[in-house]
Amino acid sequence: MSRKLRGSVWLSISYVLLAVIGVFSVYPALWVVMSSFRTGNSLFSETLFPTAFTLEHYANLFNKYDFALWYTNTLKIALTTTVIGTVLTLLPGYAFSIFRFTGRKTMMSTLMVLGLFPGFMSMIAIFILLNLLNLLNTHLAVILVYTAGAPLFFLFAKSYFDTIPKSLVEAARIDGAGHLSIFFRIVMPLSTPLIVYTALSIFAGSFTDFLFAKLVLRTPETKTLAVGLFDMISARQATDFTSFAAGCVLIAVPITFLFILLQRLLTEGLTAGAEKG
Amino acid sequence: MQELIAKQSKSGATKSYSTIATILSVLAMGLGQLYNRQFMKGIILLAVHAITLYTVIFKLPHAVWGLTTLGETQTQLKKVGRLYQQVMGDHSVFLMIEGLVTIFAVILLLWIYVLNIKDSYRTGKLREQGGVPNTFRQTVSFVLSYRFPYLILALPLAGVFFFTIMPIVFMILIAFTDYTSKNMPPAHLLNWTGFDAFRDVFQLKGWSTTFYKVTLWTFLWAILATLTGYFGGFGAALLVQQKRIRFKSFWRTLFILPYAIPMFVSMLILQNMFNGQFGPVNQYLELMGFDRIPWLSDPTWAKVTLVIANFWVAFPVSMLMIIGIMSTIPKDMYEAADIDGASSFQKTRLITFPSVMYSMAPLIIMSFVGNMNNFNVIFLLTNGNPINSDLQFAGDTDILITWLYKLSMGYGQYNYASVIGIIIFIILSVFAIWNVRRTKTFKEDTSS
Repeated sequence: MSRKLRGSVWLSISYVLLAVIGVFSVYPALWVVMSSFRTGNSLFSETLFPTAFTLEHYANLFNKYDFALWYTNTLKIALTTTVIGTVLTLLPGYAFSIFRFTGRKTMMSTLMVLGLFPGFMSMIAIFILLNLLNLLNTHLAVILVYTAGAPLFFLFAKSYFDTIPKSLVEAARIDGAGHLSIFFRIVMPLSTPLIVYTALSIFAGSFTDFLFAKLVLRTPETKTLAVGLFDMISARQATDFTSFAAGCVLIAVPITFLFILLQRLLTEGLTAGAEKG
Repeated sequence: MQELIAKQSKSGATKSYSTIATILSVLAMGLGQLYNRQFMKGIILLAVHAITLYTVIFKLPHAVWGLTTLGETQTQLKKVGRLYQQVMGDHSVFLMIEGLVTIFAVILLLWIYVLNIKDSYRTGKLREQGGVPNTFRQTVSFVLSYRFPYLILALPLAGVFFFTIMPIVFMILIAFTDYTSKNMPPAHLLNWTGFDAFRDVFQLKGWSTTFYKVTLWTFLWAILATLTGYFGGFGAALLVQQKRIRFKSFWRTLFILPYAIPMFVSMLILQNMFNGQFGPVNQYLELMGFDRIPWLSDPTWAKVTLVIANFWVAFPVSMLMIIGIMSTIPKDMYEAADIDGASSFQKTRLITFPSVMYSMAPLIIMSFVGNMNNFNVIFLLTNGNPINSDLQFAGDTDILITWLYKLSMGYGQYNYASVIGIIIFIILSVFAIWNVRRTKTFKEDTSS
């Protein structure tokens, strides 16, 4: 009896804890969403829920700022990067997982170590390189740099491909299937969680990167969302907090939605990587 | 053994295709292949030979000169006719990069040269043994089927080479020069200064105190950020995954929210939430009758804020991973524990925790390394501030990587920034190599 009682007391405590963590997780997002509907433009507010709702700040984004342009630029960069970057991540993952060849291990460890190297440490050099190639202030430059970095994160793909039974590939090979048809018709269909995970993280990465974009994209027409939004709040006279909040909502909603939608695949992908540990 | 010698001497006596082919290939790439009647391959290699000769004769001397001197003519005003005009001198940085590219190209070409000699020797040997050399079409199909991994690796590796390796080599070179905003090409020439910048960072008073302080905080930060994220995620996972908890996926989705919001958005939001004057956090504290806390303006509180903010974004990821690992623990272990009358606390401590720990260990190491470089949280939340006048170009919450960023992008101290970069690289490599060595992926490989 007492054990049962203790059980239900613990269960109630658990629910309370879950609720507390829930509030802790949601609060900042909720606060920004609420701020974006609030009248006026200051950080300060008496209450969490606005007393008067307005959509003015959303309209402001498109009237006062070039929000639509930033959005188009960002989508263009992020989508292109995602397609090319995913391919460039899957290829080395596949090569290292399925094949045994000379120099394989050296290449793997080199890529791993290079992957730890924070990208912008060599930013000055990349900047000069882009200057030499006459690519500064172009979206192509950003896409090039993002996709060129993608293969460094091959390890995750490799771990995933490792879980695909070798016998399957070998059987197909005996049946006379070529490398490409094995890759596209056997391995790819089995790797949906991996592909989704890779594509999603590359998309999210390029969608939200602002450091490199800020360095390379120097004119208003080429700005991305991240750069635009960052400039909006970090400018010395930045007082338009509520418009910033509205911008945050418009950026975060699609990404957050994608994550929640793909949560199951994400968990699968993450754990597949973790099990290999 | 005797048989082998006999065979060799016999083949040597008949025709020494391999020797002739090798000698021809040493003379010029492709000649051996032509001799072996592989015409297409031979022609392609001859073309490569021409490129090599051109590079070595016309490009290499300039590259070596550029790299050793970093340029000799300074940009200066010269009298042209009656007027003084700016005459461009040598551009040290361009010379450096061009020199690097040329030297890499020469190394690549020499490697092809060696491969070419090996190839013609091998084909020659094959002919001695009565074999027929591959036709061009056969060669192509051989490459497509047996060299497939190299083919699919070529493009990714080229990208990594140009946009990661080259810039890193360039950065390492910068550490040995006097490249600062006061001494910027093309107006000035750079000089090689050897280990001067390293010596300054370690020994010069202002620099070394900054360096040690920042390094100490970097490690402390990485440890705190990793531990809070991991145990927070573990706790959340345990709570959600209890048998009797309902709406599991609802709770999970709720908790994933911080992870799903783009980092630069959420950090800017948190920066405003913790705003000392108007931020809601202090408002609530006041409402509850507490004093305002100088979240971002006091050195210690700023550090606390960083850890809290990082915890907020980091715990969902470890929660997801730990839930995944927990689902792979065999159920019968818990059943056996139940029969033995174990309490749920004992089960957690003796079954769940060790199993999760075992699988998570490498990921924890990687997340530690990641946190040492956690640029975003610090840059976006405090930007290294509050400012500390005792430190060289650094604030109280700067970690090595944000200090590096400030040094290069903010203050143009490129050579010092490169020194810090090299130090970070060394620290990271130690962890990376250690981690790589102990992961299963590599253990499997060594046995196979």
